[in-house]
Amino acid sequence: MTALTRAPRGNGAEHRTPSRGRRSWTGYLLLLPGALWLALFFAVPIGSLISTSLYDPSGTLETGYRMAFELGNYTDAIRTYATEIWRSLWYAGLATVFALLLGYPLAYAIAFKAGRWKNLLLVLVIAPFFTSFLIRTLSWKLILADNGVVVDTLNFLHLPIPNGRLLDTSVAVVTGLTYNFLPFMVLPLYASLEKIDHRLIEAAGDLYASPFQGFRKVTLPLSMPGVVAGTLLTFIPAAGDFINKELLGSPQQTMIGNRIQGLFESGSYPAAAALSVTLMVLIVVMVIAYIRRAGTEDLL
Amino acid sequence: MSVEATVAPPLANPAEAGGGGSDLRLESVTKRFGSFTAVDDLTLTIPAGSFFALLGPSGCGKTTTLRMVAGLEEPSTGDVYLGDQRITSLRPYKRPVNTVFQNYALFPHLSVADNIAFGLKRQGRKGVDSEVTRMLELVELVGYAERRPAQLSGGQQQRVALARALVNSPQVLLLDEPLGALDLKLRRQMQIELKGIQTEVGLTFVHVTHDQEEAMTMADTVAVMHGGVIEQMGAPTDLYDNPATTFVANFLGQSNLVEGEIRTADGDELTVAVQGTTIRVPAERARVRSGKVWVGVRPEKVVVHAEAADAEVTNSLPRGTVSDVSYSGVSTQYLVRMPWDQELTVFEQNTGARPLLRTGDQVDLRWRPQHTFVLDAAQDASAGVQDAKVGV
Amino acid sequence: MNAALVRTGRWITEHLILFVALMVLLYLFLPIFVVVLMSFDDTADLGYQFSGFTWANWTDPCAPFGLCSALTTSLQIGLLATIGATVLGTLMAFALVRHRFRGRGMANVGIFLPMASPEIVLGSSLLALFVSAGFSGQLGFATILVAHIMFTLSFVVVTVKARLVGLDGRLEQAAMDLYANEWQTFWRITFPLVFPGILGAALLAFSLSFDDYIVTSFTAGQTETFPLFVWGSARREIPPQINVIGTVMFLISVLLVVALELWRRRGQRPAA
Repeated sequence: MTALTRAPRGNGAEHRTPSRGRRSWTGYLLLLPGALWLALFFAVPIGSLISTSLYDPSGTLETGYRMAFELGNYTDAIRTYATEIWRSLWYAGLATVFALLLGYPLAYAIAFKAGRWKNLLLVLVIAPFFTSFLIRTLSWKLILADNGVVVDTLNFLHLPIPNGRLLDTSVAVVTGLTYNFLPFMVLPLYASLEKIDHRLIEAAGDLYASPFQGFRKVTLPLSMPGVVAGTLLTFIPAAGDFINKELLGSPQQTMIGNRIQGLFESGSYPAAAALSVTLMVLIVVMVIAYIRRAGTEDLL
Repeated sequence: MSVEATVAPPLANPAEAGGGGSDLRLESVTKRFGSFTAVDDLTLTIPAGSFFALLGPSGCGKTTTLRMVAGLEEPSTGDVYLGDQRITSLRPYKRPVNTVFQNYALFPHLSVADNIAFGLKRQGRKGVDSEVTRMLELVELVGYAERRPAQLSGGQQQRVALARALVNSPQVLLLDEPLGALDLKLRRQMQIELKGIQTEVGLTFVHVTHDQEEAMTMADTVAVMHGGVIEQMGAPTDLYDNPATTFVANFLGQSNLVEGEIRTADGDELTVAVQGTTIRVPAERARVRSGKVWVGVRPEKVVVHAEAADAEVTNSLPRGTVSDVSYSGVSTQYLVRMPWDQELTVFEQNTGARPLLRTGDQVDLRWRPQHTFVLDAAQDASAGVQDAKVGV
Repeated sequence: MNAALVRTGRWITEHLILFVALMVLLYLFLPIFVVVLMSFDDTADLGYQFSGFTWANWTDPCAPFGLCSALTTSLQIGLLATIGATVLGTLMAFALVRHRFRGRGMANVGIFLPMASPEIVLGSSLLALFVSAGFSGQLGFATILVAHIMFTLSFVVVTVKARLVGLDGRLEQAAMDLYANEWQTFWRITFPLVFPGILGAALLAFSLSFDDYIVTSFTAGQTETFPLFVWGSARREIPPQINVIGTVMFLISVLLVVALELWRRRGQRPAA
């Protein structure tokens, strides 16, 4: 019902054009400080990262680095860390799918079923994230511990646990990743679901669609922008994360983020940079392919 | 309740603005957006103190015209004058012109009183509080001063928007579809109130609307705009009784337009051959003097007769067949299919003098020559029909 | 019979969604319960186990060496980064929404890129820059601040932009029509109406900065922020006092959000 009673938005698209007298240089002027900041501390560093990735790998912090256009850094990095690369993408993909499966019903319930509790529920979704990321992740350590709630419950229900424990396994790492990036899934999903005119769903019902068909043919396609945004916002940080492995996993769950961090810590800057660039390129390629697919092809 | 005498007008040159205000003049005003011409070479004078309506379908250029007067758009060519002052490029806040915006554009973060006081405070005027109180009395919202706009009903918001503009006693008050967001009943009530306020304060009102009934009931002068130009301008009765174009004939009410050809054009009466009969028209009601024409008559001017006509006294068209009867209590609308396969419309008051006709009845259509109008056949007979439907 | 079946089916699907939603909320809150519980734990240990109840962590949260100085550093950086990013980002948002100029589309993409990059790439590239610039010895407060402004900036722009786009341009036209010049229109209409968006953006920037570990770990040098402190202690033993900080942060932010919501609602109640 809320969709029906929502206040009408101003239909003044044509009124948003800037009024005359504001010449374009004002725009540049306003943009300039921030753009400079991003250029200096985002674009230039990326360039620096790329050039570092081509340095002679025999250099150290003490002796200095020499530009050698050493593409071998990339082949070395990819060959050495192929397992970690695949594992990162696999874990991030799993976490994204789980976050979507958990986040969609939550976003749906908030958008359509919550009524006047809508705002409160939204606050509840983001509230846990005001506590430190690290502390929250640490608390999963207690929840998934060998004598913790989850293990005890599973044992009580005689459900099998591979290797008898959850902590220090891929289950723990993926659980942590899913948990940590779930709000990034829920918020865009909610935003796109909330925009759907509830009468469309009713119209689908009126036109002989079962509730499930109505969902599949109307709600889901209309919420696709939220699905795309949510999956990207979940997948990208999850793929580069190293905290969850570090706090909840064991060496068997090492992800690419852990390797990059380790290599930087040990001073192998060219290798670390090459691995970092590889991760970025992989993500950019996957994101572009994904947006292309979700954007141009018929959605479902 | 009277406002106009005590409030100083907010013009840069107050001396000039005193008294009854100044005429608003647009001279050869054109406004283009890219390749689209919204207003095309418009010349127009709106006398001070009049209630002027710009009527037309959406996209006809009426709102653009209004915005150029307000200073929210600048004409591509041409000039806008207020009295002798050229205001073409004057910033909106330097013009003694105020606007009641479509959907009101009330400031959501300010109270009703602060909304109304906004313009006075920006001009640094004295006695803001008493002015605001006076305005709240005028629009009958005395107890609502501290409310926020979101806490008001649509009709109340509309009155705040009106008060917010009126309190500045501008020389010209612009109203952009001010009643468009209200339901029909409230709209009728506000039309009467608005007209009353205009009479009371004596300001020039320029009212933009797509609702022909609203324009006709409120304005002294109506200009029908279409495609960026004014098709016809005049008193509502003149426009309705003697439309100059097929667009006006169809957009302002309904018309029956039948093909004909002028036979004679001597003296003060024309004769037109229509489907084998002769129709007479007073010469001043014909827009062309020869050749093919549209012969027009309003549906309520036509009388249906079941017996043969006396062609000497009235215009009449030969026997048609009633093809549809819609009864609406006060009146009945008949569709009559003519022998040349055109359907004409007739409105009849249900006076009870005669039983209702039924589908299939044979009838003659008659009307007086002085209700006939003649338009150029080069115009599209269906111009404005769709627009009028959208408008209502 | 059939209708009853359909009705039952619908009741189940409708309430199933609510049930699933509640379970997901529980999943989101589970760690918070743990954090609150652990703030009363009486022993620091590596395994993060609840050993016994005590009030001591709450009466003296600064007991572990370095915790409160790390917290102070985080608060300082968070505050400065918030100011920097909010000012720069608000200007950018105005430029992008209210002005048409060549390269606007590209600017939009450019602002989106930092958000679309994994934090580890942001952090490592900054480190690469500082190292090649011969700056590796000077990593610390300033470099963290620079990095935090950089990665929170895009979030500020996006948040303020959303609010600006939703702002009805006719309100500003109405103000100008009512004798407010450009300056007055901005300060009396535009700014008050966009302010909730700016405030929201500032809160977001602060929480992102305050909570950041990954980018900070690359740019911190010897400086220790609160997340760095937590990370370091997670490798030795975890002082339960960090949970006190976590709980307090949670409470403050929830109160703040609720207060903001109440403030936003003020005067927006529908007519009685």
